[in-house]
Amino acid sequence: MERIPILQMGPFLLVTIQVDMHDQLALTLQDDLSERISKTSARGVLIDISALDMVDSFIGRMIGTISGLSKIMDAQTVLVGMQPAVAITLVELGLTLPGVSTALNVERGMKLLQDRVIEQ
Amino acid sequence: MTVRSSGTHAIHIEQDVVLARQLARKLATECGIRLIDLTKLVTAVSELARNTMVYGGGGDMDWQIIDENPRTGLRLTFRDEGPGIPDLKLAMTDGWTSGSGLGLGLTGAKRLVDDFEIDTAPGKGTRVTITRWT
Repeated sequence: MERIPILQMGPFLLVTIQVDMHDQLALTLQDDLSERISKTSARGVLIDISALDMVDSFIGRMIGTISGLSKIMDAQTVLVGMQPAVAITLVELGLTLPGVSTALNVERGMKLLQDRVIEQ
Repeated sequence: MTVRSSGTHAIHIEQDVVLARQLARKLATECGIRLIDLTKLVTAVSELARNTMVYGGGGDMDWQIIDENPRTGLRLTFRDEGPGIPDLKLAMTDGWTSGSGLGLGLTGAKRLVDDFEIDTAPGKGTRVTITRWT
């Protein structure tokens, strides 16, 4: 079965979405991530969407769900690399991703996660 | 108004929704639609193609590249022979969904394109036509 790889970097999980996802693939990622957070006791999840040239309501919902479920499992989620055209479209679509932390790129996202974990 | 080229893309399984997005991106690029508008159009296509598959039980996306001096447009029609929408006014309300989605598909798609037309009745299927101009 097709899967999006989840990499572990110390206390964090890193996901880079590089394919045009169909809906089932997005749902599989959601399930895989929750399982990996639980297995690795990860403190943070970084999702890099810089290769995505479109985020529709389905993918937007998946991102919101991942962020919500990781919070419940004591992990932080940061979404990084959103292309400007994607951000404009999302807002117009009516999806503002409330409660989802974002950063411009992977480096800043990692910094954000590290700062938050140290704070705790 | 002249139709430069046209075609049909079938939408039956999830992968067809991905292919519909990719086809729309290719056609919009051919029309010379700029990146932000192209991204909006492709996102609208994703929402409508998913509706065709999930709620319409599958159908087709017809496409036309239209020259209407001095502008060029991409017109896409999503057709299905599904159950239709009984209450269109309700379906065009932000946040309302008959399924498990966010209820942003139809209303969101409408905001993302220049022209939006919907023709539906219970038992008569659904037909949504969108156009984006350069």
